Amino acid sequence: MRNDVLVEIEDVAFGYGARPVLKGINLTARRGQVVAIMGSSGCGKTTLLRLIGGQIRPGQGTVRVAGESLGELDRAGLYRLRRKMGMLFQFGALFTDISVFDNVAFQLREHTDLPEDAIRDLVLMKLHAVGLRGAVHLMPSELSGGMARRVALARAIALDPMLVMYDEPFAGLDPISLGVTGNLIRRLTDTLGLTSLVVTHDVQESLKIVDYVYFVSEGVIVAEGTADEIRASGLPYVHQFVHGEADGPVPFHYPAPAYAADLGLGAAHA
Amino acid sequence: MLKQAIENLGNRTVQGVWRIGFAARFFLATLLHSGTAFRRFGLTIREMYFSGVLSLIIILVSGLFVGMVLGLQGYETLQTYGSEEALGILVALSLVRELGPVVAALLFASRAGSAITAEIGLMKATEQLSAMEMMAVDPIARVVAPRFWAGVVSMPFLAALFSAMGIFGGYLVGVQLIGVDEGSFWSQMQSAVDFEQDILNGVIKSVVFGVAITTIALFEGYDAPPTAEGVSGATTRTVVTSSLAVLALDFVLTAFMFRGIN
Repeated sequence: MRNDVLVEIEDVAFGYGARPVLKGINLTARRGQVVAIMGSSGCGKTTLLRLIGGQIRPGQGTVRVAGESLGELDRAGLYRLRRKMGMLFQFGALFTDISVFDNVAFQLREHTDLPEDAIRDLVLMKLHAVGLRGAVHLMPSELSGGMARRVALARAIALDPMLVMYDEPFAGLDPISLGVTGNLIRRLTDTLGLTSLVVTHDVQESLKIVDYVYFVSEGVIVAEGTADEIRASGLPYVHQFVHGEADGPVPFHYPAPAYAADLGLGAAHA
Repeated sequence: MLKQAIENLGNRTVQGVWRIGFAARFFLATLLHSGTAFRRFGLTIREMYFSGVLSLIIILVSGLFVGMVLGLQGYETLQTYGSEEALGILVALSLVRELGPVVAALLFASRAGSAITAEIGLMKATEQLSAMEMMAVDPIARVVAPRFWAGVVSMPFLAALFSAMGIFGGYLVGVQLIGVDEGSFWSQMQSAVDFEQDILNGVIKSVVFGVAITTIALFEGYDAPPTAEGVSGATTRTVVTSSLAVLALDFVLTAFMFRGIN
């Protein structure tokens, strides 16, 4: 069963300076699964992805990907492991000075000695998988937000990685692009045998496609389970999040002095 | 109040030293990761086009006008002493020793340096550098080093072209417009300009300026806060810092190079 685990995070803590962001996180992603990491903005979701990608190192605990502990890898080892990972950044992070074709071909040219003919075929196949073969000659500036993210997805799967991480893949998309992106994540995970880690706060869209969900709040995992378990959860935080309630464990008001005192009203008016 | 001021001063000093240290490490990393820039020289050639070839217009036009002004001003001064035939020497030595490397470097800092900082800063702000790292491609080797070597190689060529255009401008004004003897203009220039003392030293200066400007431009871009304000501030700092660095380095280099030359 253990071989089944691709990403394993054990008791990880991390902070920026004196400000703790993650405080003892445990998380597991199995091969072939779509795992969502949910939580409100600023709760440390993206930090978690950066830890898994080895861009930052945890202050405490271990992060293992495919059995390798990221903290023990040197730069060459980390780069070797990253060739088996793909990452979709929030707004795609396409290279704006080169075309869609060259963006998707980037890793193939950097890491393989494939002839240009083979690279061309592979790029077209990857773009076909995300439905954008026809956009091969466009520049990134000519793409809509949803298209840019799909091109970035094609680029992320160019070397057939075992793990793809998505940072807010649904943010700012129209309903059609939302559905297309969600379906793509599920379909690519199943057909390419990937493992997908999706960081998102789009509950409805992601619950349609995920196998397992972790809820992060204030640096700890407050709930986890399958999509159905999360929908049925009675935990106040999860309930507020899933149903989009304005007030609850996550308060509407930022901590402030008493309203009446702030307005300069006396006790009699309070 | 005083305590606050001292604290602020201390903070700024510490941050300044940190930045210098970081810049030095960045420079060393660029040198150490330069293999890609030479193995895949096409990357460096591409950047030479952006920083060198696209700077040609401003360099050539400025060189022409600086030379023309030198011709006019030089003639005015020299004719007072009846030695207007030495105009060729004055124009050529001023350009090759000083104005060529220095003014070309200042123009290069404004045009190419600012462009490099803005490009790298925006690549950082739009997560392109992070994306590259996640694709197991080192941004220092792939993005920074080719731009560095492109700047270092371009700078002496731009300075040489600036000087050539300047001499042509001086010739146009001095010989064609004012009527200084053409033979004296060229022959005196040829006999007075020394290859090693003048031309080679000018080339060395421009290479040093190229290293300074591109390092500052690349570092400022790489270190820029990933916001619109951060990138604009970094671009301004590139132009200011590299211009001051060029002028300061010019003084130091001149002091060493032209010691004892009459």
